[in-house]
Amino acid sequence: MSQDTEDRPEKGPENDELEFSIARSNALIPLLLLFGLSILGIVLIIVRAKPIESSEGATARQAFGPADFPGIFQQPPLEPLVAAPVADAGGHADVLFPVPAPPFSEGIFPCSTCHADITPNPERRELAMHEDIVLHHDEEHRWCLDCHDQNDRDHLRLASGAAIPFTESYRLCGQCHGTQYRDWREGIHGKRTGRWDGAKRYLLCVHCHNPHSPRFAALQPLPPPVRPQFLHPEDAAAGRTDAARRQDGDGEHGH
Amino acid sequence: MANTGTDDGVSRRDFLTAVGLAAAGVLAGCSPEVREAYLQKHFLELTPEEVQHRLARLRADCRKQFGRDVSISAVPARPDVMFGYALDLSRCIGCRRCVYACVKENNQSRDPQIQWIRVLEMEKEHGIDLERANPYYDPEKVPDVDHFYVPVACQQCRNPQCTTVCPVGATWQEPDGIVVIDYDWCIGCRYCMAACPYGARHFNWGEPHLPPEELNPDLHVLGNRPRPTGVVEKCTFCIQRVRTGRYPACVEICPVGARKFGNLLDPESEIARILKEKRVFVLKSELNTEPKFYYFYGV
Repeated sequence: MSQDTEDRPEKGPENDELEFSIARSNALIPLLLLFGLSILGIVLIIVRAKPIESSEGATARQAFGPADFPGIFQQPPLEPLVAAPVADAGGHADVLFPVPAPPFSEGIFPCSTCHADITPNPERRELAMHEDIVLHHDEEHRWCLDCHDQNDRDHLRLASGAAIPFTESYRLCGQCHGTQYRDWREGIHGKRTGRWDGAKRYLLCVHCHNPHSPRFAALQPLPPPVRPQFLHPEDAAAGRTDAARRQDGDGEHGH
Repeated sequence: MANTGTDDGVSRRDFLTAVGLAAAGVLAGCSPEVREAYLQKHFLELTPEEVQHRLARLRADCRKQFGRDVSISAVPARPDVMFGYALDLSRCIGCRRCVYACVKENNQSRDPQIQWIRVLEMEKEHGIDLERANPYYDPEKVPDVDHFYVPVACQQCRNPQCTTVCPVGATWQEPDGIVVIDYDWCIGCRYCMAACPYGARHFNWGEPHLPPEELNPDLHVLGNRPRPTGVVEKCTFCIQRVRTGRYPACVEICPVGARKFGNLLDPESEIARILKEKRVFVLKSELNTEPKFYYFYGV
């Protein structure tokens, strides 16, 4: 209303009378006009305001579903379930945890295939082999033979000097990471699948942590949920899918 | 009508009789399925035979809607089981694998999108502060620097407010602690959504859209069976899985092993050990909802 009043003086002769009345009035009318305009402005700001968005405002518009990410559901082949940890016949550990085979690189095990003929060299140096291994695990203080047995490369070596197979590597890790080892044995640390009421699948530490660089690598997150203003319940009711809508080119709906 | 002594034409008794007869006539004229849907009993009042009858009806509905054979069970709660859940905030990296595994397992509508798990990104500087939480984060890689992640779904309260406000008793707590919804009984008033302090309940505003090939055919009548328009749904701890001894889908997909599930009443279970050995907390503990969904720091 007030905007109309403001526009009119520039429009033409039919506004002469109005212009005349404004000119004749006291200062109240311009003040009222100003007041009206500001109210209109405030209303416009409220109505036209863009939704509050983070810096990633361009995302969270499109509805993704699990079918868009089939890769995440391809779990590694499952090992047989175990009812309970078994007592160690050799008497080295309290119990043994049946675990899947360690995730060796292709063709790397048994190590003795190559190492049987190589004289062990405990010196810290640039390796001629295994250049894919980046030691980022207390590297100031650790080197290969702190964990790998010097004389029997197909085994690992505890601080006590005892050689253990790779399938018991949790005992090696547990020497330093005692709290994690304790939690892992109870199922608190690490992934457990199987049945909550019985047989479970255990994983070795090295199934999740690269032993030479144990910190988890960052992952790309799956897409965020659609913001409510970009949901289209009426389209879905009419059978239009998100893909169809994108083809129609109104992906900018809501702006 | 002379027998009423009034002269307004139709007596109240005659009117009500006529309405009743008309309603009965309409019902009688309907197909048996529609008649049954209108005259159904509350789920908890069904005899075992009637439960089987309803399951058969739901199977036929799914067959008609999706063109696929499904198995719908109504496995009841086991005695001496109270389900609990714990989530290790020091491990969660906010990758949202659980969100999508949940959607796949529980047959949520793909469009309009419904997700039962919402992962909140928070700033380490401010700690757990729901007012600063951002569910729409989308950086290149997670975990993002100076941020941590709090996945939130139904907290499966011991003292659930959603069930107390439901005017028709369509949602209740099962003996094993799972709060369930009967989609046949829900009238869509959404009182429960207003009562839930965790935003865990979701409403089917539009016709749920689920491609038949994406339907998970392993269904539970109070869980992941396909929902109609106009009902509320939420996390059920994957009732169709956990009642048969399996872990929830989110536990199985979590790449960092942050999600832990089990029987609170079994002292040897993972969840019982966590409660015993770790410091756990629940969201909005001041509301006395007493969730069975615990958060902890495993380090």
